[in-house]
Amino acid sequence: MNEPSTTSIKPLPDGMKGLTHDWASDQRAFKGVPWGKAMMWIFLLSDTFIFSCFLIGYMTARWSTTVPWPNPSEVFALTVGGVSVPLLLIAIMTFILITSSGTMAMAVRSGYQKKRKQTAILLLITAILGASFVGMQAFEWTKLIMEGVRPWENPFGAPQFGSVFFMVTGFHGFHVSIGVLFLFINVRKVWRGDYDTGRRGFFTWQKGRYEIVETLGLYWHFVDLVWVFIFAFFYLW
Amino acid sequence: MATEGQEHPISIYLKIWILLFVLSVGSYMVDFYQLQGFLRWSLILLFMFLKAGFIMAIFMHMVWERMALVVALLSPMIAILVFIAIMGYESDYTEASRDIFFDDGKPDKVWAVPHGAHKSDSHGASIDGDHH
Repeated sequence: MNEPSTTSIKPLPDGMKGLTHDWASDQRAFKGVPWGKAMMWIFLLSDTFIFSCFLIGYMTARWSTTVPWPNPSEVFALTVGGVSVPLLLIAIMTFILITSSGTMAMAVRSGYQKKRKQTAILLLITAILGASFVGMQAFEWTKLIMEGVRPWENPFGAPQFGSVFFMVTGFHGFHVSIGVLFLFINVRKVWRGDYDTGRRGFFTWQKGRYEIVETLGLYWHFVDLVWVFIFAFFYLW
Repeated sequence: MATEGQEHPISIYLKIWILLFVLSVGSYMVDFYQLQGFLRWSLILLFMFLKAGFIMAIFMHMVWERMALVVALLSPMIAILVFIAIMGYESDYTEASRDIFFDDGKPDKVWAVPHGAHKSDSHGASIDGDHH
């Protein structure tokens, strides 16, 4: 139906000007996706590579060591009422993170329905659950450090265990902490009605929109997603 | 823009939430009952991939996204799988080298002996099996 489009294309500039022209041209690959969400996805893709490299490094260390690997089931066991329960704290942390993912998903939904208070409360619950996860991780780190686990040695077996533990869970815990920070910031913004009035953000100066809740949700679900892999490969394997 | 929003019935989130709970209980039970061998790692992987899949598909709305975005996000995972294969191979080789050349963290086998020196070498086994 349309005329061949070649007739309407202006001659393209070459060299450096051509480079900037081509990359700055008004093209859009991810249709129907707000730019902030597309950028968040691309960030999460790069983050996937970071965590994959950590877990692959862990795999290489564990498979190549000739010293027996510590049994995580025993190392992370908690004694409750005189009975040693394997991985108890880790299991509780897993359930807390899944629950926070559920409340986050519902916050995104409330946001698109423009239910201001409901969104803020669900985000607040998510943030509190996330903070309690970080608190439990701090407890776990303290316990292991008291037992003599260091990045270069530990009393249970292969010395690489400590370095993998602190690096992988530390990096994940840092992600959770940043997520909690942004959740609290968004609780305040939603509660104040920034995403209803379109009030501009203090840092990016972009107009407030409820899509921001979904973008934040993507990050939060990703943190949960990474924990699924850490739980399977580091704690259970 | 309303067309760009992802809005789905709350029941699907609650169902997935419960499902993730059940799957997490399943993976915890693997450790609780101390399953070993094939059953252990196959169940760990099964529960892991199911959980990861449901989080990405439903909570992160991937099943409702356009193919262009899904392919852009999932196809790079091939590079990760290749990297896993390479490093798996590499760690096997490293472990084999350590088994051959190290004992208690010290080299115990001489793998290259200078000419004329190996006869007077009083410690360690030389490669020609000339023990003292």
